[in-house]
Amino acid sequence: MKVNSQQIKLEKECSIRDFLEKQNYNIQHIAVELNGEIVSKKKFEAITLKDDDEVEIVSFVGGG
Amino acid sequence: MILVINGKPIEVAQGSSLKDIQKEFFRTSDVVIINGFQTNENIVLQDQDVLTFIEKGKMPNKEEFESFMSARHTPEVYEKVKKAKVAVAGLGGLGSNIAIMLARTGLGELLLVDFDQVEPSNLNRQCYTVKHLGLDKTEALKMQIEEINPFITVKIKTVKVSYDNLTELFSGYEVVCEAFDNPKSKAMLVNGLLQELDCKVVASSGMAGYFSSNSIRTEKKFNRLYVCGDGEHEAKQGSGLMAPRVSICAGHQANMVLRLLLDIESV
Repeated sequence: MKVNSQQIKLEKECSIRDFLEKQNYNIQHIAVELNGEIVSKKKFEAITLKDDDEVEIVSFVGGG
Repeated sequence: MILVINGKPIEVAQGSSLKDIQKEFFRTSDVVIINGFQTNENIVLQDQDVLTFIEKGKMPNKEEFESFMSARHTPEVYEKVKKAKVAVAGLGGLGSNIAIMLARTGLGELLLVDFDQVEPSNLNRQCYTVKHLGLDKTEALKMQIEEINPFITVKIKTVKVSYDNLTELFSGYEVVCEAFDNPKSKAMLVNGLLQELDCKVVASSGMAGYFSSNSIRTEKKFNRLYVCGDGEHEAKQGSGLMAPRVSICAGHQANMVLRLLLDIESV
């Protein structure tokens, strides 16, 4: 599976939400695109990631 | 051949030079600008060259003023930019500076959105001055822009942006700048704009302290999102927001907006 252009091994299929939590992302501070389409936060639990998926994650830090 | 001189098209003889025109029409001028570039050289002119002659210290009339203001813009750039509509969400360290830069660039219409008022600690990096203390940031910034470039349209909304109102607020704007402070708000706005509208989004992340200027960059993410900043240095205790680095990030955002208005999608 590709995450932010890097190839990583997906041990077993999991939901977007589980994947993000395992990678220590703060779900309130991110935007996620799966296979070229932005994913609404509400769908993070329902969508399962597969080995041929491409994910891009943008994480925001405070300040401005 | 036809030249555009101080905003007006004028017929002149082929082979005329800058000094010829200056001597004939603008003897008392001391600033000469050709196609967006100020020069002292005696250049031979070509058809459709855009010239501006300014006499320092002389207040221009209304007609001349707009052509002087836009004299330094590269002509084709100005024509595109003056039709553009851009929104700035958040008028703090980033947003206030982005808005001023875009106003100087001659944008057609700017929408400024913020719910907050100007207070003294803002003055370390935001573009406001002492006379704006206590005013709504939207009002204060609109006043400043009117004194910098009176020829652009400035619309203001003194509201807090939420997922529920962002579609109505930002509909019709081709580029929206995310210039919030709180990372949860940043994520909310970026997600909302990308899901509900079709504008381009120029967002920000990481510009605190006095870390290296060189680590502030612009990156393209997804297909309509640009993120400016170092992606890392959040504002926190011991690492506040300071004018130089915040301005660098604001410059990145304003320049990316300009590039997008000129149909350049690469960073």
